[in-house]
Amino acid sequence: MTTAVTTSVSARGRTVLSSFVRWETLLIVLVLGLIWVGTTVSPVFLTPRNFTNLVTAVIEVAIIALAMTLIIIAGEIDLSVESMAGLSCALLGFLFAAGIPLEVGIPAVLLVGALGGLLNGLLVTRFGLPSLVVTLGTLALFRGLALGILGPKGVTGFPESFTSFGFGTVPGTPIPWPFLIFLGLALVLGIVLHGTWIGRQIYAVGKNAAAARYSGVRVARIKLWLFVLSGVVSALAGVILTARFASARADIGQGMTLTVVTVVLLGGVNIFGGRGTIPGVALAALVLAILGNVLRLTNISAEIQSISVGLLLIISVVIPNLAHQAKSAMDRARGGRRTSAGSVGPGEVVSP
Amino acid sequence: MAAPAPPSGPLGGILAVVARQRELSLLVVMLVLGAFVAIQAPQFLSISNLTQVTVLASIIGVAAVGQALVVLTRNVDLSVESTMGLVAFVVADVLAQRLLDMPVAIAAGLLLGLILGMINGIVVGALRVPAIVATLGTLSIYRGIVFLLAGGKQVTLTDLPEGYTALARANVFGIPLFFVIALIIVVVAAIVLRQTRFGRQIYAVGSNPEAAEILGIRAGLVTFVAFSACGLLAGLAGVLWGMEFGTINATSATGVTLQVVAAVVVGGVAIFGGSGTVVGAGLGALFLGFISNSLVLLRFSQFWLLAIYGVVILAAVALDGYLLRRLQRSTARSRAR
Amino acid sequence: MTSKRIGRVMALVSAAALLAAACSSPGSSAAPSAAASVAPSAAASAGGSAAAGDLNIVFIPKAVNNPYFDAAAEGGEKAATELGGKFTQIGSQGSTAAEQIPFIQDATTQGYSAIVVSATGADEVAPSLKAAKDAGIKVVGYDSSPAEGAYDVFVNQTDFSLIGGAMAQWACDLATDCTGEIAILSATATATNQNAWIADMETALKDPKFVNLKLVETVYGDDDATKSTTEANGLLQKYPNLKVIVAPTTVGILAAAQVVKQAGSAVKVTGLGLPNDMKAFVKDGTTPKFGLWSVPDLGYLAYYVAAKLVTGEITGAPGETFSVPGLNNDQPYTIGEKSVVILGPPFEFTPENIDQFNF
Repeated sequence: MTTAVTTSVSARGRTVLSSFVRWETLLIVLVLGLIWVGTTVSPVFLTPRNFTNLVTAVIEVAIIALAMTLIIIAGEIDLSVESMAGLSCALLGFLFAAGIPLEVGIPAVLLVGALGGLLNGLLVTRFGLPSLVVTLGTLALFRGLALGILGPKGVTGFPESFTSFGFGTVPGTPIPWPFLIFLGLALVLGIVLHGTWIGRQIYAVGKNAAAARYSGVRVARIKLWLFVLSGVVSALAGVILTARFASARADIGQGMTLTVVTVVLLGGVNIFGGRGTIPGVALAALVLAILGNVLRLTNISAEIQSISVGLLLIISVVIPNLAHQAKSAMDRARGGRRTSAGSVGPGEVVSP
Repeated sequence: MAAPAPPSGPLGGILAVVARQRELSLLVVMLVLGAFVAIQAPQFLSISNLTQVTVLASIIGVAAVGQALVVLTRNVDLSVESTMGLVAFVVADVLAQRLLDMPVAIAAGLLLGLILGMINGIVVGALRVPAIVATLGTLSIYRGIVFLLAGGKQVTLTDLPEGYTALARANVFGIPLFFVIALIIVVVAAIVLRQTRFGRQIYAVGSNPEAAEILGIRAGLVTFVAFSACGLLAGLAGVLWGMEFGTINATSATGVTLQVVAAVVVGGVAIFGGSGTVVGAGLGALFLGFISNSLVLLRFSQFWLLAIYGVVILAAVALDGYLLRRLQRSTARSRAR
Repeated sequence: MTSKRIGRVMALVSAAALLAAACSSPGSSAAPSAAASVAPSAAASAGGSAAAGDLNIVFIPKAVNNPYFDAAAEGGEKAATELGGKFTQIGSQGSTAAEQIPFIQDATTQGYSAIVVSATGADEVAPSLKAAKDAGIKVVGYDSSPAEGAYDVFVNQTDFSLIGGAMAQWACDLATDCTGEIAILSATATATNQNAWIADMETALKDPKFVNLKLVETVYGDDDATKSTTEANGLLQKYPNLKVIVAPTTVGILAAAQVVKQAGSAVKVTGLGLPNDMKAFVKDGTTPKFGLWSVPDLGYLAYYVAAKLVTGEITGAPGETFSVPGLNNDQPYTIGEKSVVILGPPFEFTPENIDQFNF
């Protein structure tokens, strides 16, 4: 038997560690390459203002991607994020229009985000339903609620202090305020995922939920909390969108989920769970940000962007797969025991 | 979700019937709902309304049959909407420029759909990229190609040959042509799944890919064929889309994947493969079309439509989960006895 | 180790391939545009005067895949040729603020002399347009207005109150004896223009002469051909006695006309549409009359206004006057309240005159 027989192949190398190093190295090379292209084609590329622009263009996607990373590593998925962002935006607008101050409104919509995440989490963990379908349902449900609450209206007139948070930068720097939220969240989630027992349990759940359960990991509880986290973070992204657009509309965020998932997968996270890193995903978000910016600066139409992102996505899995196959072929050529070592299938458990 | 073992208790027997007869329960719900709506809004039963509902549902249904084949192999094809959009635009554009005759153009469109499906099939089946990643990629790529081809251009009803869009209104003995086409496709696919070796292989691969390999089934090949068929049917759905809507531009059919996958799920096809039928998928499409039409006729605000869609999807999947659990429990109990 | 080396080689190869893809897809256009942005005057100076040499004007429509904006771009390009300036059109595939804002921001850093924009949302794009103004770039709104204060001049296609009244009159003309149910098929529920026109139309309908017209519902097709078709179909099913569908959007009126024609219904369609889209429907009686302004002229005027702002001929203050060759019967335009310039009255298309138009 060779690895080629398993259908769920997505291995990116023999050990978790080496695959991380390799994939992130590649992303860094890609980022540097894109920066080189950017500076070659446009004199404004390296200006501070351009940095602000390219970051803000993807900031909400990047923030949601952090939470999505944890969910996918745990072997689940949350397709409802874009609708939760929209619901949070619509609800914030609705509350604001009803005269409720933002100091109350923002915590309230974050709470609604938590509740929405809880709904997803309970349906997945308590009822044992596939998250792909559950969150497909809530993708429609949350958007429908957003549309129902706000209807055709848009709400505007938010105070300057709030909107400048979405659009302005930290005084004296080109750093947009929401970027600080991204950094803070990335730092916290990165430490939790890569430096604590919770993180180890998340990986364990994603690699093999049954095995994790037998070794004492509370699988359902971890997944539940991850969905709650995803809901809150999506609602937070909705608040940022409201601030950045200085208005609340029910249709905000539509189509964002696909970009979020793309960023996460491009960041080297295994769609079947168990593998991936926060730095990888942050780098992938940077790749997308620079790519979009470079294409806009050169007035190249957006279609090239969707084509190149789609190709990148596929290539990001194909190349490690081919590398893996080439490696096992070489191992086989050498014969003997190494073959069996090399044929650890990706569907199988990689012992920690 | 593993296929449930045949239960032996009496309760298990009833539940098994309900669980297996998703098709039947969908039909019953539709009849009850239909009767209710017809009382509230008599125009529901008008020929023009029923035609409208079935024509739209048939387009989604054709794509849903293809999607069901893919989902049965424990994969998913997120790129159907882009395939539909690309085929719809290419066929319409070729016809608008009078480059090809109608039958040739339609055949070319189907071929294009098949090729796009085969590309998905190669990436998933041979290059072993997880389906969700691969088709997320081709979703962007195929849509990008439509944008490259179309730019700001759109083909409108008046650019197209008269006969092309008229097919959307054509009927066979009073039954809309589109519905007949969808019916034929459902029946053919159902027969293939039930009666042929390939059909059984699809279920085997979806239930347990590793075991299927051990039994000598080439999972990669089966997956490839399923994706190819899905592309072909998405291509057909794209052609029908063009006939129905008449105006085709770069964004045509955006967002349809959600409806197609929802139809498959509501139709009782397990998202993790191995169980479900194409008849269910077809009925799922009809059911969703029914709901949307009913809400329009009952003069619900269109803004709530999506929320109700969401609830229907959640209800369908929750029902699945519930039945499966009850089934397994009663099976376990009867075994214990 | 071999495996590591292979991995590294693979990584390098793929990175190279990706870079090659990233470089080659821009390919032909990357180099020239780089040159152009280094010296924006180089291309233009060949064509004209010293003042016109700095004309590097970018159009950012709501979306780039819309025939309406392509028609406007035609006019903009014509003006650019006449003035010896540069014309660029950039924009997103979808007409959402989230997609449009990055284009505005990147246009700002690139140092265009003026941005001509159709706002996806008045308030959403305002902060980025204000940033552009702060950077010394002139901002002209066209088609759909950004929030007040976020533009130097807004070139309005027509006096909004005229459209509402005109649509009420068309509906009245098309409904037998000016009696019966009418419905509106609009663009997105949040569209600034459409909502203003609909509000004006509702006011106009209160006039005693329209007393027998009953507006039963307003539905939203989101300026999406499919959604508009579905909504138009829904109207026919919901209201068997419907007489007229009024669609104040070029996408909506086309979709409604197609639906009515395919259904063989007696309902009439009117509203705002592109003559090229509607020709066949005007002739077969589905849409005997509808209106619009000259869209190429809108782009043409917007480019001229932007150019005059750049050269300092006007500042955008209310009360200033200027003239544009071939427009407004060669009379000067006056900048009105809120720095708005109005292109002209809406035009009514009928079977008799439709063939004279090509946009």
